[in-house]
Amino acid sequence: MIIAQRKPLEDIEAMLTGYKKLLVLGCGTCVTICWAGGEKEVAILASQLRLASKKDGNEPLTLEATVERQCEKELVEALKGSVQQVDAVLSTACGAGVQTVAELFPDTPVYPALNTMFVGMPDREGVWLENCRTCGDCFLDRTGGICPIVRCAKGLLNGPCGGTNNGKCEVDPEKDCAWTLIYRRLDQQGRLDLMRKYYPPRNFQAVIRPGKIEALPA
Amino acid sequence: MKVQKATSPNIIAFCCAQSAYQAADAAGFMRLSYPDNIRVIRVPCAGRIDVLHILKAFEKGVDGVLVLGCHEEACRHLLGNIRAKNRVQKAKSLLQEVGIDGRRVEMFTLAPNQGPRFATIASEMTERIKELDSMKPQG
Repeated sequence: MIIAQRKPLEDIEAMLTGYKKLLVLGCGTCVTICWAGGEKEVAILASQLRLASKKDGNEPLTLEATVERQCEKELVEALKGSVQQVDAVLSTACGAGVQTVAELFPDTPVYPALNTMFVGMPDREGVWLENCRTCGDCFLDRTGGICPIVRCAKGLLNGPCGGTNNGKCEVDPEKDCAWTLIYRRLDQQGRLDLMRKYYPPRNFQAVIRPGKIEALPA
Repeated sequence: MKVQKATSPNIIAFCCAQSAYQAADAAGFMRLSYPDNIRVIRVPCAGRIDVLHILKAFEKGVDGVLVLGCHEEACRHLLGNIRAKNRVQKAKSLLQEVGIDGRRVEMFTLAPNQGPRFATIASEMTERIKELDSMKPQG
């Protein structure tokens, strides 16, 4: 899923200077799971904005709404009525969500409340790890389901390097060496022959940016 | 709910029904004196308190919030008091971000028979809030 992080309140306030009526718009999918922009985070952010404005003597109107997926036009369209009531929308979705809202309501300025960070997964409560670089040329079949491109500090295709130290990375001793993890996983699966293969440099243009995928419905 | 402005600071005390609420009762029963600006709200467990309850209280114009729960490892719901403690920490940082001193919200633990401790907490929190001369949301 997409992992995002809220911008500092100071930055959000600076973006919203001068607006009296705001819609704080959340997304019920990835950013809900990573505690950045779901229904609860929308309520917290709206409350913070009201408290901060009160301090300055303003009382802005803040509407709150959360849609299931902000990156889908059909779901965002339902908010037309709310968007028409406000001067600006503050979106707590990933960049795709912000752009969907901006495209659907071109007359209303849309501001991002989050920084979209990476594609990852929850590790433990409150911790999310990047584990996919969306490179467009998946390598996981050869590495036991552990991605060296993103989890190895050097992104090595033929590892480990000389810097592996008892299973830890020389770049950051807190982190596991991805290639040690790969070795252990392949050993567990009896596929160590894959470690002996040489993999040539990858095609870094597998995805021409901006990416586009067309598919027929199943 | 609109919190009425009093001369002394308005403090909301969210009290766990298993401990702090009974302690508040005990304080009354023991005829202990504590400031009358503490508004007690009974909750089934301190773990019921969410960051949003605390933020909303400040939006309504309170000057301080107390979250009072059971001692650690004495929660009827096992982790309610631990969760409350973490949420109070989170609320402190959220308030700090908007320029409200984080010391305006605090969590304390107490047992149902600690009436005197309830009175002490109420008095100390009132004194603390009086000392904090920073931002006061206009109710």
